[in-house]
Amino acid sequence: MTLDSKIPEGQLSEKWTKYRSSVALVNPANKRNLEIIVVGTGLAGASAAASLAEMGYKVKAFCFQDSPRRAHSIAAQGGINAAKNYQNDGDSVYRLFYDTIKGGDYRAREGNVHRLAEVSASIIDQCVAQGVPFAREYGGTLSNRSFGGTQVQRTFYAAGQTGQQLLLGAYSALERQIGLGNVKMYNRHEMLEVVKIDGKARGIIARDLISGELERHFGHAVLLCTGGYGNVFYLSTNAMGSNVTAAWKAHKTGAFFGNPCFTQIHPTCIPVSGHYQSKLTLMSESLRNDGRIWVPKAKGDNRNPNDIPEEERDYYLERRYPAFGNLVPRDVASRAAKERCDAGYGVGPSKMAVYLDFRFNLMNKYGRAEASKLGIENPDDETLVKLGKEVIKEKYGNLFDMYKQITDEDPYEVPMRIYPAVHYTMGGLWVDYELMTTVPGLYALGEANFSDHGANRLGASALMQGLADGYFVIPYTIGTYLSKEIATKSIPTDHEAFVEAEKRCADVLDTLMGIQGGQTVESFHRRLGQIMWNKCGMGRTAEGLKEAIAEIQQLREEFWKEVRVPGSRFEFNPELEKAGRVADFLELGELMCKDALHRNESCGGHFREEYQTEEGEAMRDDDNFKYVAAWEFKNMSDWDMHKENLVYENIKIAQRSYK
Amino acid sequence: MEKGINVTLKVWRQKNETSAGSFETYKVQANPDMSFLEMFDVLNEQLITEGKDPVAFDHDCREGICGMCSMVINGRPHGPKGGITTCQLHMRSFKDGDIIVVEPFRANSFGVIKDLSVDRTAFDRIIAAGGFVSVNTGNAVDANNILIPKEIADKAFEAATCIGCGACVSACKNASAMLFVGAKVTQLALLPQGKAERQSRVVAMVNQMDAEGFGACTNTGACAAECPKEIPLSVIATMNREYLAAKLNGK
Repeated sequence: MTLDSKIPEGQLSEKWTKYRSSVALVNPANKRNLEIIVVGTGLAGASAAASLAEMGYKVKAFCFQDSPRRAHSIAAQGGINAAKNYQNDGDSVYRLFYDTIKGGDYRAREGNVHRLAEVSASIIDQCVAQGVPFAREYGGTLSNRSFGGTQVQRTFYAAGQTGQQLLLGAYSALERQIGLGNVKMYNRHEMLEVVKIDGKARGIIARDLISGELERHFGHAVLLCTGGYGNVFYLSTNAMGSNVTAAWKAHKTGAFFGNPCFTQIHPTCIPVSGHYQSKLTLMSESLRNDGRIWVPKAKGDNRNPNDIPEEERDYYLERRYPAFGNLVPRDVASRAAKERCDAGYGVGPSKMAVYLDFRFNLMNKYGRAEASKLGIENPDDETLVKLGKEVIKEKYGNLFDMYKQITDEDPYEVPMRIYPAVHYTMGGLWVDYELMTTVPGLYALGEANFSDHGANRLGASALMQGLADGYFVIPYTIGTYLSKEIATKSIPTDHEAFVEAEKRCADVLDTLMGIQGGQTVESFHRRLGQIMWNKCGMGRTAEGLKEAIAEIQQLREEFWKEVRVPGSRFEFNPELEKAGRVADFLELGELMCKDALHRNESCGGHFREEYQTEEGEAMRDDDNFKYVAAWEFKNMSDWDMHKENLVYENIKIAQRSYK
Repeated sequence: MEKGINVTLKVWRQKNETSAGSFETYKVQANPDMSFLEMFDVLNEQLITEGKDPVAFDHDCREGICGMCSMVINGRPHGPKGGITTCQLHMRSFKDGDIIVVEPFRANSFGVIKDLSVDRTAFDRIIAAGGFVSVNTGNAVDANNILIPKEIADKAFEAATCIGCGACVSACKNASAMLFVGAKVTQLALLPQGKAERQSRVVAMVNQMDAEGFGACTNTGACAAECPKEIPLSVIATMNREYLAAKLNGK
């Protein structure tokens, strides 16, 4: 099978406009007879479900949480990018496109990324119209901040909880359609299987998490908006319930998995404090606008950070990357932190942390500005701290509070201690320009697909992509497929394909319940996470990856013999839900290692230690690896790899430099 | 464990919505740096290993924003500290030897699903009744076309930070949902985009709130005192004003 990305012909800047103007349409009367299943209600899912329902399609939406408003997009902190150029600082659609391709280390598709940049401005308009209270200037215009990997201010935000505000906007649009009867919502339901009939996706099997019953749902098309798979590492910034199950079942039913090894390790997270740790908490990248990252110049310097004089501090990002300084992309910042800690310069009890220090900007940038506004000449340090603190509080108050809750340290007084943690997965289900997977009628949106971020995602671009896919891309592209489905009648769910799919789910659940071994689901997840973090994390080697594959296979075997799931299948049973998810992670982990092992280069977040420059930067191999690796599932531990070559017609690819 | 503390938990156990529940007592050794939910993870690992049924509780983001976690700890929704959710509470807030009573968010409109998990879908139905701006995708004008003074935007944002956890309902002796409803009404009534529907919105949301069986407000203020996002009590006054204006207008 050859992969057809279906990028429209023509000039880059005209591809989407032409596509939109010529895409097949479905007339309103036919839309009412077409049913669409949307799995997941984060930014991508909620926006897609709402928009499609507004257009007249019959939509069923599913989420495993108790409400669609709880999807993990809610936790996104820093902001959302858009090429509005409100700051008059030279931003444009092309620049956002260029920054994203470069930030992704030249492993993303030009056509998709340009479309993303084109629709970015409409997202902000739409959200404002919904009543999303973005931060504003005194004059009433929208405010912007900077994020990593760019030199313009194009990030829109609502304090440190932008994801919450955007999701609540999409959620309210979704609830409006639920109230109007255009969307049927299924809370506390988990998708366990894609149903295929004659090669096309025609529905899903979902488990009602309260009763435990399996349900069959028909759809003319199925949209997976189920997020990323960072929880394969056990510890990540993802919510506890975030999982790969829906995407993985789709993969095993024929959807190819694109670049599974491309994982984003976020540089600024609160470090691990103990073995009981269940998850890690991000401190938004926006903090790098005002926080400076440093470690002591001397190894093992245990002084209070405030007592270490300026000349004894190593602001290593500013030193190594003077042009971008603390705002280098995430992969670069994470590796630099690891390098310092591995070399013995780390701080804090575990020595696996670096400082993120606000004191300089708090006093000199904000304190002085406020003092001069108030006409205070020669303010003393105390006044500067007091005034600067107010500004910092307004910008990042909730993040500072969160930090204090977790660490019991006050970041207004002492620098934050941070360390990289798994945050996002650029890899995901392979999709074409229309967001369709290799299974006809099965789509993947948002973080669940692989398409826009290459080997490293820029900050504030995940929210942009989720909403772009849901509000502005799928409403058009789905027409190409559904316009040919108007004659397809709703298929009764006693069709044998539904019966068989349901039986497969029931068998897996029964097997899990029947093992009754001696080890908890959690313990297996933890062990898998250890393997992944140590051998498929920030630094990867061929040798380590080979070991990891063997270890994961062994762990998987042990899981199916030794796991203990309490309770029964037909009740509210969170342990059973978790067991199913961990079982899928145990298969995905192997594929991630396999993908990382085959990619004999370093690019973006994928850092193979064998392939680095003398200065320790990622060394790409464009001659041999300028492609998307799309994996086809054959059997357990057996995949075929298909290549989609990446063609750069508009950007001259180069060694990424932020120096 | 180097610096563990031992606590005794009295946890509400209830098999499902229809069965009767009761308190069970458990002993757990915890590290002060653990979160309260991580302490529950430890307890559940213990229970599973002993062949017992673990305690069901809702949780997801574990960073105070998704609104899923919902425990009443020693009589207070989200526990003894103000301005945080259960998942942000840490064991350092307790002492060695403490007895901690843990119950679900109780209200007639929040049925118990199992143990500490409750059904809060009533909140979704209230939003579906009117908690939105009726603007279809693609209808928007340029975002800077309508200027919104910073003070107004900030106030709207303050109300919009509600996480829909239901602590307000749980804290209220009448199980009133007015802080939750007031927060959304206030956010959208403040913004120019929400003004067109402000009267029909408040009436529809209040009607749905009543239909769900939430109680009335008697101005005790427990809701705002226990709100993890510190939504101010003034949103209820705003909602009442909006409602009255709508009613006077014949809505």
